[in-house]
Amino acid sequence: MDANLIAPFITSVQHVFSTMFQLPVEVGDPSIKNTNHCSHDVSAIIGMSGEFLGNVVLSMPTDTAIAVVALFTGEKLDTDSDDFADAVGEIINMICGSAKASFQRKNVSISVPSVVIGPNHRVTGQSDIPCVLIPGTTDCGELVLEVAIRPASSEAAAA
Amino acid sequence: MRIMLIDDSKTMRNIQKSVLKQLGYTEIEEACDGQDALSKVAAFNPDLCLVDWNMPVMDGLTFVKTFRQKDKSTPLIMVTTEAEKSRVIEAIKAGVNNYVVKPFTPDLLSERITETLAKVSA
Repeated sequence: MDANLIAPFITSVQHVFSTMFQLPVEVGDPSIKNTNHCSHDVSAIIGMSGEFLGNVVLSMPTDTAIAVVALFTGEKLDTDSDDFADAVGEIINMICGSAKASFQRKNVSISVPSVVIGPNHRVTGQSDIPCVLIPGTTDCGELVLEVAIRPASSEAAAA
Repeated sequence: MRIMLIDDSKTMRNIQKSVLKQLGYTEIEEACDGQDALSKVAAFNPDLCLVDWNMPVMDGLTFVKTFRQKDKSTPLIMVTTEAEKSRVIEAIKAGVNNYVVKPFTPDLLSERITETLAKVSA
């Protein structure tokens, strides 16, 4: 995958966490994902369409997600509550929105986010799109951003 | 001052509500998408609307275009993750008065609200 597609997500996850939660994110080395299982138990998923296709997942351990959501909402929410899922979904929404603004291509849309909570869940994207794992560490714990996108046109994909 | 918050995320509405309360605005109505907002504007008669862009059922841009067919003067602020220049231009052409990109700090949102209301009353 083109490194130019990954860099905006690294910048945006750091930007969103520092601006909204005053929580710095130390980003580790990206790697290619080799399994369908999500990295952690709480995952927020968003689809991209238009001139780029694919999906992006923010995956966090439950304790980390609870702590981050508490910084976001000002209260400690149970993972069963709708408000918890809403907050986690809004985080991935901001990360992807911010990242796509950095793309050179203008016509990229993002979907309304979905949130999956539970151990060993799977998110299956398009098989022809490699997924890059971007690990991050915060004072609230670890997180992983899973980016699986490619240009929509075959010509652009080959470029 | 009656202010309507239009965003499908309750978390985001709560954050905006908190900023508005700090500015002294407490008469607030909430809507979870454009259609919900259109069904409430006549009864609430807002003096200002904060509108998200990406929402299910009816997105914020469609709301702005529909709202502006009948109301040319009530100030609208788009509060969205859509940060591309082309989107900002599209929103302004549709009739928004100001634009805030998520993520934002409470200070920035507060500044844009104050700035928008000042321009309208000038």
